[in-house]
Order: sequence, then structure tokens, then C-alpha cells
Amino acid sequence: MLLSFLSFLLPLSSFLSTSCARPQQSTTIEFWGLGREGEVVAELIPEFTKQTGIKVDVQQIPWTAAHEKILTAHVGGSLPDALQVGNSWMSELVTIDAIVPLEETLVDKSDYFAGIWDTNVIGGTLYGIPWYVDTRLLFYRTDLIPTPPRTWSEWNAVMAKLRRENPSRDFYPIVMPTNEWPQPVIFALQRGAVLVDESARARFDEPRFLEGFNFYVDMFRRGYAPAVSNTQVANIYQQFGEGQFAMWITGPWDVGNLRLRLSKEQQELWSTAPLPAPDGTPYPGVSLAGGSSLVVSKRSSKQAAAKQFIAFLSRPEIQSRFYEMTGDLPARKSAWRVLEGDRELAAFGRQLDRTVALPRLPEAENIVNAVAEHGQLTVRGQFTPQQAAQALDRKIDAMLEKRRWVLRKFIPRVDAGSLGAPAVQEADASRVHPRSRVYARDKLNEAAEAHR
Amino acid sequence: MKPQSRAALLFLAPGMALITLFFILPVIAGFFLSLTDFDLYSIGDVRNTRVVGAKNYASLLDNPLFWRALTNTLYFSFVGGPLTIAVALAAALLLNAKLARFKALFRTIYFAPVVTTIVGVAIVWKYVYHPRVGLLNRMLDAIGIQGPDWLGDPQWAMPALILLAVWRGFGYATVIFLAGLQNVPEELYEAARIDGAGGWKQFWHVTVPQLGPTFVFVGIITAIGFLQVFAEPYVMTPDGGPLNSTLTIVMLMYREGFRWWNMGYAAAVAFILFAMVLLATLANTLIRRRRA
Repeated sequence: MLLSFLSFLLPLSSFLSTSCARPQQSTTIEFWGLGREGEVVAELIPEFTKQTGIKVDVQQIPWTAAHEKILTAHVGGSLPDALQVGNSWMSELVTIDAIVPLEETLVDKSDYFAGIWDTNVIGGTLYGIPWYVDTRLLFYRTDLIPTPPRTWSEWNAVMAKLRRENPSRDFYPIVMPTNEWPQPVIFALQRGAVLVDESARARFDEPRFLEGFNFYVDMFRRGYAPAVSNTQVANIYQQFGEGQFAMWITGPWDVGNLRLRLSKEQQELWSTAPLPAPDGTPYPGVSLAGGSSLVVSKRSSKQAAAKQFIAFLSRPEIQSRFYEMTGDLPARKSAWRVLEGDRELAAFGRQLDRTVALPRLPEAENIVNAVAEHGQLTVRGQFTPQQAAQALDRKIDAMLEKRRWVLRKFIPRVDAGSLGAPAVQEADASRVHPRSRVYARDKLNEAAEAHR
Repeated sequence: MKPQSRAALLFLAPGMALITLFFILPVIAGFFLSLTDFDLYSIGDVRNTRVVGAKNYASLLDNPLFWRALTNTLYFSFVGGPLTIAVALAAALLLNAKLARFKALFRTIYFAPVVTTIVGVAIVWKYVYHPRVGLLNRMLDAIGIQGPDWLGDPQWAMPALILLAVWRGFGYATVIFLAGLQNVPEELYEAARIDGAGGWKQFWHVTVPQLGPTFVFVGIITAIGFLQVFAEPYVMTPDGGPLNSTLTIVMLMYREGFRWWNMGYAAAVAFILFAMVLLATLANTLIRRRRA
């Protein structure tokens, strides 16, 4: 009874929103941009309208509220035609059936960073076009570290040396705020951790994860990093400028922040480098594939126009202009020409060739936050790394129970081993909800990959 | 049915219909929601919803974050609630004093924070609490005390929010107390004075008993307001503050519901909060009845 009540509510909401859409003379599409990008994109629109006759109505959504707002808008049936989303939300939006697949021919795929492109592919289908990219790498003081480390053991050696030379508690070789998840997650990914496997089981209590996690925790234990959260660091730019710490792992946005805030003399004293790699693995070590993507919403009645707009924003010359306006790193490699000669940003170009995506699950953000939380507890000595990994396994497994149930429910055939019969799958799929086809395809691809 | 009651029913019908449609039905739906695992997967396809019975409640009781949020909320309520009432009563007494001048002005000043939007207030108070350049720490500096990082320190974040909430909320209670005070008959004070009662005794034996019903009302309203605290921690210390020291029940509900979209789970949080508010209200009324 409850289910029928709920299922009654959902279509009702979409009915209400479509019934008031009126046919329009010239096409106008709605676009949601997040934060500063939403502000700046308006300047590019007159050119697009001139070329295509399509008008774009831009709404700016602040980043802090964006995720909630997009989900709520989907349920309320009020998503715009096209929108900008964080690429880590992609899987969530596919799961709730909010966005449509895009054709790979919309842009030149080979011009994009592979790791970033992959974050937009869910279950073998492309759902978003990368708009701008980011990743995290090493910011360091050139006066304290003449050559940046390339391996974990070099890294440890550098930090040990800095600690020896300056044992004062006013100085730390590195700062890693304990409430930020990227650092422990990156180290684990560098050791090849998967966090969650294909059958939606947590994979924390195993060497791949623990080696990275230990590396993280040891930096605090050996006194290389202070156990503080980012709210306790009063002004990280000033402290970095004054050399109160020598290294820092953060993203391209802080290049701009440092250039803005540090004095002229201090500008000479810092630089960036790709992340060191675990010993015996290729340099640079992998980092996170971050950034924003452009997607088209399912409820849009002007999907063709929305795709045209996305294709326009993805043109190399527009990407270059967008970089000049925002400082956001272009997703297209050919647009990187405008960045030539920029020493600090060049390192990002190298790092972007070595990125990996987080597990593409709707629960991903919740999972990585749990890693940070357990990292914090371990750093504070309430857990050993092993205990933290076991606790994470329990917590994440419980969190993913629903996903495993959904996977099992829709694809009993795949489990039975009928992998080589896509025709049967398709015929079958027509009887079930379109969403479950994605799960099936998702599962099929994963199984096929495992098979190889 | 008597014609009068039929007429009464007719007049009540529109209101009843609205309350049923927009209040009672959603509450019932919310309760059923709390017995399911409605989440992201359910938005994609409603059939991805299971009835899980009391499992949400069980796992909630098993969740350390819930206990953290509960402790924080109770801390906030038990310190902030009585403090608000005390400050409000003091302000009302001052405003009601015969010697007081510019009563209307002060009444407006006390009431202003109540009607000011919390986001604007939050920006100003963030400056006040700024560890280095903030007004509060500058003042403490002047008397030789080094103030803490109010919003960044797990120990001090909650007291800082309580101070803000008291400042923001006491004006409302003041106005109600003031109304109550003006209803206390002057003869009672006169009689008390003739019997030789001093200021304190007059307050304790005349004012307080006369304000009984006002206390109950203010107590309930304040308790509900404080148990449902959300806006203050949400704007001042998003994400639950340092070490989740300002994570409250409603913040937890918001986080589970709108950040992770675990609607079933969030509904269970809502119902536990509902039970708490109900208990607080009942307790207040019971105490009042005992006294009467």
C-alpha cells in the first residue's frame, strides 16, 4: 500500500511540472551553472545565441547547496535542460534516472584526459562531457625542498630531514587537514586499492588499502604532519607563505589563491609538482580525477538544443577563453596551449594524465567521507589502522547492502553466467524499468571486464 | 446531529481539511516512510523500496553519530533553554519596572534579533567569533585573556552557538513575559508590601506564581525551538562543526535526508525528534498540573 502511495506521488510531481510548460517561439534552454562558473558562463552566451538562435537562461547555484538542490529539483521535476555537475555525482544522477546518455560524437574524445573522461562513463555509457578538470598534487616550498620527491621513500626522507633540521612545533614538513578525505583516499588508490569491488563489497581490510592508509597515518605519528582539521588552520596561505609548513596537497584553485595572497618575494618560494608514486610504480603517482561535467536532464524537452550548447562550451577556443575567465583548467588538451609557460599549472597537466576515478557508485561521497572520519580517529589513536579498516568494512558493507540487493534483483541471469547473450538481455530489459537496464549493463560490463 | 453542531462542523471543515491534507497525512506518510529503506535507488525506480520495519530505528540507535547528535541537542537545549528563559525574564522585569524609560525602544531592540534573518545574523556573528580580529576576542584581549577559536574548537563551538541562540531567541520570550507581568494585579504587590515583603520576596511569592501559565507556555515554545535547532549550526558551522561537536538531531536528519538521500532513515530521525518534543511538552504540562 505504501509503495503504491509513493509511486503515486512521484509521477504526480513530474506531471505538475510538465503541464505548465508552454510551447515557445524561439528556443530557450535553461542552464544551471555552479558557483563562479555559473556567473562567468553568461558572457559566452551571446556568441552561442548568435550562431544558433538558441537563447540560454542561466541560473547560478552556489556550490555549497548544489548537490542537494539538484536532487531535490529532480524529485520535484524542475531540473533545467542542461546543467553543470561535479563529476563525482554522475553515478548518483544516473541511478535516479535524472540525466540522459550522450553521444560520444558530440566532442572529440581523444582530446580529453582519459581518467577524467572515465568519470563520465557509467556502466559503459557516456553521460557527461567534462567541462573543466581538477586534481590534487603537491605544493611545496622551493627554498626548503630543492627537488620535489618522486617516490614514497624519497618523500619520507625529505620529511624526515625537514623534521630533523627544524624540530620546533611551529613548523611541520606537511599539512594534511584530518577532516579532508582526498589525502588518505589518494594514498590508498596509489597502492591500487579499489575501496569497493564489482559486487558492491567493501574492500578495506586488505594490503592494497592498508599500505596507503598506513602511509597516511605514519605522517602524523612521525610528527611530519600536525593532527589538525582545516577549521583549526587559521590562514593556510599565510602560513605557507611564511614557511610554517613545507608541503601541502591541494588543487588548482589554490594556485590562484596563493598568487593573490602571497607577497611578491614569497611568490618565488613555492611551486607545484605531481604526486610522488609508491616505490616501484611509475611516476607520477595517481591522483583523483576531479572537475565538473555538463549533462542533459531527462525531463528536458529540448535535449537537442541542450546538447548543442554543451558542444559549444566544449570547443577548444571556448575552453581557452573559459580558462582565461575563470582560471579553471580546460578539459580539452588542445585548449591547454594558453597555459604554456605557466610553471605551476604545467605540473597539473602531467598529473592529469595519471588520475583515477573513485568507485562510480551513488554512495561514493559517503564512502570517502567515512575514510576521512576513520583516518581522523586513527590519527587520534582511537583505532589501529587495522581496526579502522575493519570498522570501515563493516560500515561500508552495511551502507552498500541496498545496492547489492538492487543488483541481485535485476540481474539473476548474469549471476547464472549467461554473459554472452546481449540479445536476450535486451529482450528481457524491455519488460523491466529502464533504470534496471542500466544496472544490468553495468553488471555485464563489470563481469566482462573481470572475465578479461 | 443538532443544527448548531452541524453549523460548527461546516465552519470547521475548511480548516480541518487543510490540516488533514497538509499536516496529518504527511505525518502518517512520514511514519510509513520511516519503516522503509526509501533512498536514491527508490527515486530511480519506486520498486527499489523495501519495507524494513523497525530496522531504521535499530540502526539509528546503533549509530554513534546519532548519540553524538542527541547529546549535542540535549546540551544545547538544557543549557540554552533555561538561559533564554532567565535572560528573557530579567529583560521583561527591567522593561516592566516603574523607573524604566524608553520602554518601547528597548522592547524593539530586544525583539529585533527575533525577526532578523539568521543568515544575516550568522555573517555578523562569524565576525564576532573570529579568533584573531573578532570583537569578542579583542575584548577578551583587552582584559588580558586569550580567547579560543570559538567556532573551530570542539569545546567552545557549542557554547558559542548557545550564546548566539540565546541572543537571538530571548526577545520573543521577553514580550510574552512582559504581557504576563502586566496582568499581575498591583494589589497583590501592595498586600505583600504591607505584610513586609522585600523586593526578592515579592518576586518569588507574587510574580513567579502569577506567571505560572506564562512559564509553561514559554517553556514549551523554547524547548521545542531548542530541540529542533538547525539554522544556527547549519550556517555557523556547516558539516557539524569540529569533530561533529555541533551536529544536532535536525542537522543529522538533513544530512541523511538531503545529502545522502536516505529518506527512510531520515524519517526515522524525524520521528525520534517528534517523540522527544512530545515528551518535553508532556513533561511541561504535567509539572504545571501538579503545581496547580
